[in-house]
Amino acid sequence: MTKEYRTVTKIAGPLVFVEKTEPVGYGELVGVALSDGTTRRGQVLDTSKEAVVVQIFEGTSGMDKASGVRFLGETLKLPVSLDMLGRILSGSGDPLDGGPRVVPDKRLDITGSAINPWARDSPKEFIQTGISTIDGMNTLVRGQKLPIFSGAGLPHNDIALQIARQAKVPTATAEFAVIFAAMGITNEEAQYFMRDFERTGALKRAVVFLNLADDPAVERLITPRLALTAAEYLAYEHDMHVLVILTDLTNYCEALRQIGAAREEVPGRQGYPGYMYTDLATLYERAGKIKGRKGSITQFPILTMPGDDITHPIPDLTGYITEGQIVISRDLHRKGIYPPINVLPSLSRLMNAGIGKDMTREDHKSVSDQVYAAYAEGNDLRGLAAIVGKEALSDRDKRFLSFADLFEDRFVRQGREEDRDIETTLGLSWELLGSLPEGVLTRLDRKFIQKYHPAHKGERAAAAKP
Amino acid sequence: MEEKGQVYRVSGPVVTAEGIRPRMYDVVAVGQEKLMGEVIGLEGDRSIIQVYEDTSGIRPGEEVTNTAMPLMVELGPGLVKSIYDGIQRPLPVLRDRMGDFIRRGVSAPGLDRSRKWAFVPKAKPGDKVAPGQIIGSVQETKYIQHHILVPPRVSGTLSTINAGSYTVTETVAALDNGTPLQLMQKWPVRMGRPFRNRKMPDVPLITGQRILDALFPVAKGGTAAIPGPFGSGKTVTQHQLSKWSDAEIVVYVGCGERGNEMTEVLSEFPHLLDPKTGAPLMDRTVLIANTSNMPVAAREASVYTGVTIAEYYRDMGLNVSLMADSTSRWAEALREISSRLEEMPGEEGYPAYLAAKLSAFYERAGRVETLAGHDASVTVVGAVSPPGGDFSEPVTQNTLRIVKVFWALDSKLAQRRHFPAINWLSSYSLYGGILDKWYNDNVSPDWTRLRGWAMEVLQKEAELQEIVQLVGSDALPEEQQLLLEVARMIREIFLQQNAYHEVDSFCPMSRQLQLLSTIRRFSDLSTRAMEGTIPLSKIASMKSKEVLAKARFEKDFEGELKKVLELMASEFAAAGK
Ligand SMILES: Nc1ncnc2c1ncn2[C@@H]1O[C@H](COP(=O)(O)OP(=O)(O)O)[C@@H](O)[C@H]1O
Ligand SMILES: [Mg+2]
Repeated sequence: MTKEYRTVTKIAGPLVFVEKTEPVGYGELVGVALSDGTTRRGQVLDTSKEAVVVQIFEGTSGMDKASGVRFLGETLKLPVSLDMLGRILSGSGDPLDGGPRVVPDKRLDITGSAINPWARDSPKEFIQTGISTIDGMNTLVRGQKLPIFSGAGLPHNDIALQIARQAKVPTATAEFAVIFAAMGITNEEAQYFMRDFERTGALKRAVVFLNLADDPAVERLITPRLALTAAEYLAYEHDMHVLVILTDLTNYCEALRQIGAAREEVPGRQGYPGYMYTDLATLYERAGKIKGRKGSITQFPILTMPGDDITHPIPDLTGYITEGQIVISRDLHRKGIYPPINVLPSLSRLMNAGIGKDMTREDHKSVSDQVYAAYAEGNDLRGLAAIVGKEALSDRDKRFLSFADLFEDRFVRQGREEDRDIETTLGLSWELLGSLPEGVLTRLDRKFIQKYHPAHKGERAAAAKP
Repeated sequence: MEEKGQVYRVSGPVVTAEGIRPRMYDVVAVGQEKLMGEVIGLEGDRSIIQVYEDTSGIRPGEEVTNTAMPLMVELGPGLVKSIYDGIQRPLPVLRDRMGDFIRRGVSAPGLDRSRKWAFVPKAKPGDKVAPGQIIGSVQETKYIQHHILVPPRVSGTLSTINAGSYTVTETVAALDNGTPLQLMQKWPVRMGRPFRNRKMPDVPLITGQRILDALFPVAKGGTAAIPGPFGSGKTVTQHQLSKWSDAEIVVYVGCGERGNEMTEVLSEFPHLLDPKTGAPLMDRTVLIANTSNMPVAAREASVYTGVTIAEYYRDMGLNVSLMADSTSRWAEALREISSRLEEMPGEEGYPAYLAAKLSAFYERAGRVETLAGHDASVTVVGAVSPPGGDFSEPVTQNTLRIVKVFWALDSKLAQRRHFPAINWLSSYSLYGGILDKWYNDNVSPDWTRLRGWAMEVLQKEAELQEIVQLVGSDALPEEQQLLLEVARMIREIFLQQNAYHEVDSFCPMSRQLQLLSTIRRFSDLSTRAMEGTIPLSKIASMKSKEVLAKARFEKDFEGELKKVLELMASEFAAAGK
């Protein structure tokens, strides 16, 4: 039994200061016994010969200086085994579904270690999500980390669920699993996910970690780490393709800010800790593929941008780490378009590796570039049209303007259950491009125009005839 | 001489020790696992150490050993084609020793101790040798002849020197005072390697990227910064420079960025060929990868490790370019360590010495006369990642005060997939005038004028656009509409360049000249035709313009361009009738 100390000298926010201890290791797990008989857990944030600073995961409310503190001599570990599939656990890994504790196959350190860049394998297998704005314009590949940047009240959950339901790798049939980690979302939101998982049977292949809005904020710092540890176990030891949905990273970052303030650290931008970039990287960089291992970890972090502001530190630092972003737009949502994905600020950095001949189709890259350029131009003209009136626009401009409308209405808009395959998505792109004069399609190779442009359909048919 | 003390305190990557008396920047080994760290502060009888590995589990009271040596890199054959972490541990060796994940407590030398190299002497016994002098060489890769240099501060008369096959630590030569010389030497990373003189950087680094070479060139030995929000093209631009620029050695430092971006380099570079030598690009590349999730203190060290390696190749008489992606992550590492030290924060929490550190880093770039008398250079290109894309933040601002070239990335351009998303109005190169002579001598005597014309058209376009925003373009007089049309051609045909297109990715100077001259020709012909009252609509819909737009994607560019010129001539002739 480890020694219990009753030398708490100060409690500040989620932090407890303990003195006169034997040497305590940095990052060590801590057990705290409250005078009311309950126990809490924490982790050492600072240790010296004089004092130890402990961060309490469940928060310090109701704690007093008479609490007993034990240092457990190890870092926080998650018991893992295949039996985790189908289970619902709390934000610190305890069963919430009335089932027994997970009988561990292994106990893994939740911080994880950085993948050696030399050991990484390039993600390049195209994942078809069935959503045109993603598949056609911001293609996702296996092992990618692609966050959804959303705002309060926008349908990011529907989109995440639609992706989770429809995502498939056309060429493969390997085992998959879904890890869902909730951080500070409402019970109602969590239930929305759970019901969909149950309805589609995904729950059997899922591990759910729930830290809800009324759960302790500090616990949010460990929830995603538990989730990713479970993901690594399934991916790298059981060859599964794991899709990790983390929501809502904004709540995670708020918890981080709270700890920083309690430690009286010098804050960075807007009060968030200066190390937030590094901290977030230790989550996001746990996505990927490793040479010689069959499994993969694909991440879909969801975050709500405070004030819909993409330059806010939370989306900003995220975008600097992740391999692109899917941006949900309030304007499109107001226009009644689902999924309201604004492709202009959206990006998939790994797209080029997963598309083209033998993967999607040879013309994919150029078509996507062309649609981007045309939509951007049409979208810009809307401002001008509002000032000078549509009639004052040149003929060229009018065509681009209507292209933008057509694009939103036909390409962006689709049903919540509509699962478009990549051929359909690319076909749709060509159809829309067909509404523009051929001369403006400067991004398209002549051979693609001849092969796919609707105006050349007749020639193709003629050529095909003997 | 090693001395031992104890851990007093651990707070993240910062450990305080007592009982040792190191000098600043001495390397120490912390705890039972002997984690590597560097002394970054001395306070009373305590030393403050930044530790290059994860400190979880380290307790007060554990042993700390002072090596009494500064952080050094190993310099010698075998650097090229390597991939290191921020403190020069080879990542393949780490993987062999600890598996797919980076664990701690493993030290691994930068240069392979068992590999043998064929050494060919260039000096003989009895020769007097001075620091930096070349005494022989080994063939490091097919095209890199790696000169073996007398280390700085060493001189004397050679008593022995022998050809043969050696490991990097075996003695290949000795001086009469007994000093042995090996293929390898060491150098402290935080100190620039000496050279004889600085020289005027008046030769451009040719990058094969049209907007850079034509409008905003950087000189060999110069400094450039690429600031831009996420997704605007910092990394792709630096990859393009590493691939296609006419440097002889490229050192690429992935400093606090994505793991997969290093994987991309590792999987692409061996298959791409250096346009100058035809050898695989990897054969001239040294990679340093200290990704965002790897220890922060080693991230801080990574740029120094990189620039020291760059200087070492420079000292052999080579033109080296160094890419640092991203200097902002390095500055943040400084900030993180500084805040753990409870130093007085400056702007946005960065330490007050940020500006000094940044300029000391860029100061290591330059075109020089080496100790051995060669003309050589280190070009430094730093990516900057301003929070929220706001260029007024301290790292961008302090960097712009130092560097001579500013490639301003613009998220508006990136969003419409205009790549490279370098804003042609706000970017600049202060080398423009110095490099003119080179361009006029080597590309075309007309080059300066042609470039001036293109810039002027783009600037006028920006002015006209303000009017267009109010009245629409149809309200402008025809000659102004033509200018808008020509500006569009410059943007879409010349400035835009697709890094992922097999042909377009790299555009040699000769081709840049032809493309721009052809656009100019189209513009001149149009002006003349319109004076002869040919309507703009007729000109704007000419087929030759369309063909020109696609010529840059063609393998047979010359042939395609000939077609364009013929078509252009016949179309204008026909229009005149
Ligand atoms: N020259 C280019 N050609 C084609 N695509 C580009 C080019 N530059 C950038 N891109 C696109 O922009 C994306 C983001 O570029 P990247 O260099 O990773 O941005 P940053 O490093 O600034 O975050 C890339 O994934 C690519 O799709
Ligand atoms: Mg980048």
